[in-house]
Amino acid sequence: MEKTWNNKAWFLVLPVLLLVAFSAAIPLMTVVNYSVQDTFGNNAFFWAGTDWFDDILHSARFWEALQRNLLFSFIILAIEIPLGIFIALNMPKKGIGVPVCLVLMALPLLIPWNVVGTIWQVFGRVDIGLLGHTLAALGIDYNYVRDPLDAWITVVVMDVWHWTSLVVLLCYAGLVSIPDAYYQAAKIDGASRWSVFRYIQLPKMKRVLLIAVLLRFMDSFMIYTEPFVVTGGGPGNSTTFLSIDLVKTAVGQFDLGPAAAMSIVYFLIILLLSWIFYTVMTSSDADN
Amino acid sequence: MARTIKYKPAGNLSWLVSTIYIIFLLLPIYWLVNMSFKENSEITGAFSLWPQNPTLRNYMVIFTDPSWYNGYINSIIYVALNTTISVLAALPAAYAFSRYRFLGDKHLFFWLLTNRMAPPAVFALPFFQLYSAFGLIDTHIAVALAHCLFNVPLAVWILEGFMSGVPKEIDETAYIDGYSFPRFFVKIFMPLIASGIGVAAFFCFMFSWVELLLARTLTTTAAKPISAIMTRTVSASGMDWGVLAAAGVLTIVPGALVIYFVRNYIAKGFALGRV
Repeated sequence: MEKTWNNKAWFLVLPVLLLVAFSAAIPLMTVVNYSVQDTFGNNAFFWAGTDWFDDILHSARFWEALQRNLLFSFIILAIEIPLGIFIALNMPKKGIGVPVCLVLMALPLLIPWNVVGTIWQVFGRVDIGLLGHTLAALGIDYNYVRDPLDAWITVVVMDVWHWTSLVVLLCYAGLVSIPDAYYQAAKIDGASRWSVFRYIQLPKMKRVLLIAVLLRFMDSFMIYTEPFVVTGGGPGNSTTFLSIDLVKTAVGQFDLGPAAAMSIVYFLIILLLSWIFYTVMTSSDADN
Repeated sequence: MARTIKYKPAGNLSWLVSTIYIIFLLLPIYWLVNMSFKENSEITGAFSLWPQNPTLRNYMVIFTDPSWYNGYINSIIYVALNTTISVLAALPAAYAFSRYRFLGDKHLFFWLLTNRMAPPAVFALPFFQLYSAFGLIDTHIAVALAHCLFNVPLAVWILEGFMSGVPKEIDETAYIDGYSFPRFFVKIFMPLIASGIGVAAFFCFMFSWVELLLARTLTTTAAKPISAIMTRTVSASGMDWGVLAAAGVLTIVPGALVIYFVRNYIAKGFALGRV
């Protein structure tokens, strides 16, 4: 749409600006402030320069948490995106099945995140959970509290359960926007099932897939509540992601300086990702 | 005849894929519901696929104990506050973004986006200190304002998506007919994007409802949300699994009730209004 140049539009944006300034800009300034100071209590602060940043960037704990985060996001994308496309392709296109599928599939997305954690915590327990009990009955040694690998599998399966529907819904929205004429033309040309997918459906889904990949990457990158409830970051530190580590440092130990420095590094990573997201989205907006 | 030509998606077994997936989604939820109707002795003692002695005790505990049901009331209060604030603030802003170009508009839009993407963990500590300074800790409005961090940008994006679908000629005709901007906006424009407002409100409701970290950090007793009360029970009172399950089931209900109304827009909402 052709837009007119009008600086008075700033007045319309003002409420949002003030609100977000209060809930984002001011807190962020506090973080910057803490990240360069040290304190021994009593509200007495000393200039610490970039010490905290040095500490963070040289601490094995930070890098390990970051690696865990990246590995987690990678696994999540590798499973959820293909699975989501596959399910969306097989969803009913008309009839009573459509609303039923949409509503049931969206259900996990609306469950409070800690309840998602609780559900899987209970579900996976060997003594009272369906999953844990069944696996034990099959003779599989599974215990997410004790075994790091089992903990990882549980957290990954939980995230697949929680968020694959997002990919499905987005892909489905892309698929239903394809006009019937495309399929008719493909039929006349005798196109195979694979070419229909490769040359008609995939290009039409490109835009929504882009959104799905970026959203899933960013949200899995800042995951906190679900693994916190299920594993508490353990066993050991095996499922301690950046967010969990950060909250532990900031709210648990009240180490303001390191927590603030870590927040800023974390936030800069997210900022970079957001910038990529924004550039990709606006350029694909321009294509349309 | 040509109209009926359709590609059957992946053969006749396609319904099977959806069915298996839905069963996978519903099994853990079923297990929670199943547990919520059992006595604790049955949960820990005998393994059964459905309640042998169905009981409503767990739900009675929640509905009769103020420390439990107040959690639901607290959650609903701050979620409603947040939804109202977010949508009201986002409406004019979304209109500005969809109709005008102005100094710094793209930077502002990007800045809003970064807040949707910001990890709440980064904000937990500074929020605590900011709201302490204003004496707002443990109030509903504190949580409502904190959730504006990600809900206001989301509402702006969704509303902007819907508003861009309304032809600009409608605005111009209304101005020529002598409508003032506020009157035009409320009387003509808002009814046109009513579904968009509904969807934006739904998504604000949803993201405020599912968030725990900030809500827990900013409250102690008087405004404690139900999800935080649940986590406390897990660690403290010797694992009352039945009540925990019942509380979990009750947190799923509000979302399950409204989801039907937005089923066709849910993808658009998650895609930040861009499908």
